[in-house]
Amino acid sequence: MADATQGTGGLTFDARKRAWPNELNIFFALILIIFAFEAAGQLLPYMNGQSFLFDTRDRFDSIFNEARLRIIILQVAIIGIIALGVTQVIISGGIDLSSGPLVGATAMIVMSFAQTELVNGGPNPKAVFGDWAFDLPLIIPLIVGLSFGAFIGAINGSLIAYTRIPPFIATLGMFLICRGIAQAWTRGQPVSFPTESYALIGKGMMPVYLFIALAILFHFILKYTVYGKHTYAIGSNEDAARMSGINVKRHKVMVYMIASMLAAFAAIVLSSKNLTAQSGMGIFYELYAIAMAVIGGVSLTGGRGSIIGTVLGAMVFGVIQSGFTYIKLDAFYQLMAMGGIIIGAVVLDKVRQERAASRS
Amino acid sequence: MNDDIVLETRSLTKHYGGVHALNDANFTLKKGEHVAIMGDNGAGKSTFVRQITGVEQRTRGDILFYGEPVEFDGPLDARKAGIETVFQTLALADDLDVPDNLFLGREKTKLDWLGPFRLLDYKAMRQATMDGLEKTAVKIPNIRNTIRNMSGGQRQCVAIARTATFHSRLTIMDEPTAALGVQETAQVENIIRTLKEAGEPLILVSHNMRQVFDLVDRIVVFRRGRICANLRKEDTDGQDVVAYITGAKTQEGYEDAA
Repeated sequence: MADATQGTGGLTFDARKRAWPNELNIFFALILIIFAFEAAGQLLPYMNGQSFLFDTRDRFDSIFNEARLRIIILQVAIIGIIALGVTQVIISGGIDLSSGPLVGATAMIVMSFAQTELVNGGPNPKAVFGDWAFDLPLIIPLIVGLSFGAFIGAINGSLIAYTRIPPFIATLGMFLICRGIAQAWTRGQPVSFPTESYALIGKGMMPVYLFIALAILFHFILKYTVYGKHTYAIGSNEDAARMSGINVKRHKVMVYMIASMLAAFAAIVLSSKNLTAQSGMGIFYELYAIAMAVIGGVSLTGGRGSIIGTVLGAMVFGVIQSGFTYIKLDAFYQLMAMGGIIIGAVVLDKVRQERAASRS
Repeated sequence: MNDDIVLETRSLTKHYGGVHALNDANFTLKKGEHVAIMGDNGAGKSTFVRQITGVEQRTRGDILFYGEPVEFDGPLDARKAGIETVFQTLALADDLDVPDNLFLGREKTKLDWLGPFRLLDYKAMRQATMDGLEKTAVKIPNIRNTIRNMSGGQRQCVAIARTATFHSRLTIMDEPTAALGVQETAQVENIIRTLKEAGEPLILVSHNMRQVFDLVDRIVVFRRGRICANLRKEDTDGQDVVAYITGAKTQEGYEDAA
């Protein structure tokens, strides 16, 4: 910008003087972690000099190990969709613990409306409803799923906004309720055999494309719309937001509704990808989604964070998970290491904040 | 009807249970006038401000704003009517920058048919912020800084600039410099002077005698919940005002305050 500096008395708007974006730190951390695994591949005796992300096989001339990249992205895409919603909840100063069980409950319900009649020439052995519910058009399960998500989110948001109970408690209660719904729906029986059109939603790389599209959409919403600005304002100083005329209660209900609708959409994608729904689906997803946001620099005290950060956080999450498998770390240790990394990310954020506060 | 009067209160009274915090306050503010409210702690200054700004509901009495009787259900109502208040505790969002804070709750937008998802017009808001700050000669190194990274004086300036940017019909400041250093106090006082030049009416609650004599036209003294003096700056001095504040003197016409 040519006229970047203007105004009187040192009053300026200088676009170049904007603070170092936190997202760059996370990006560098991502690169660092990749190189750490790369180094581990070279140094650990049992790895035989395998590469983590690069393709070292002579027969192919691709640069990256595409199979591994694909697995990493596919792994984080579905939880990443939930993390987009959780990001705006945390920015608004709240937390949503109910998204994982909501994935289970939504998957069960949606799949019941997406079943096909004939399986291998015989009747569907997992049918939930009667004949009327077979081979419904795709739009029906979609509407049912998103409506269910919106309904649960509206309850979460209303409880938090109007009864003023802490978000942690409200969504913890909803956590149990949703898991209960998932199990009660078919008394624990899985629901399977969806229609062909339903199976397309999560087929191949579709989850990744959907995640990217939604990430772009929500980046835009948080940064360039009134909804986004008010979300940051409420998380930053709720009293100031109220004094400024923002309808804080209504806004909170909206934030939780959108978060739960994204979780419900993730359930649709997941059940479509797996071609089945089980009541235990989405275990730990709420925590993984929160972890992605937190690793991505979204502050648990509200007011700070971004979708770009969360997407990078999701990538870090996926790379670490895949890297642990690559260096043949046992699954038990993987969970422990993951927990350590989440705590580390929050501590790092705290230290950075305190250092920034003491500088000014 | 005298349309020269911005704010008038008639027998404004506030009781908290048995405590008579404010009794029969009759107060007027003319267009372009800057009035200071002084008094000891607990004299009723803040109670008076809280009734006008709708933070609390009065027990009795009338408030007329530009000749119209008003009933504010809350501070938001008062703000919509054009009364901007700079409170001791600043209502700013720490993680947002200066334009975001100035326009919080009244953003300039595009594509309004998108409802809550209508787009922010960042460019227009930045420009209006620059204009507003320039008008008040507020010095802020970079308006894209978040409030968190600003000093107390800069924060206070942002809070005050908010009132100046929106051409409020009445500005009320409750101890705006109480927590500030010497330089920052001077900066805030400069802004108040520019408001005076612009002809914007102001009520200033302050303990600072020098500041009051520097800035305002008239001093209203509160004592034990009543107005005990209404003094033109030219007719009084610091000694005199202190006598009214402590109760050594009571102005003619306000005898019941004794």
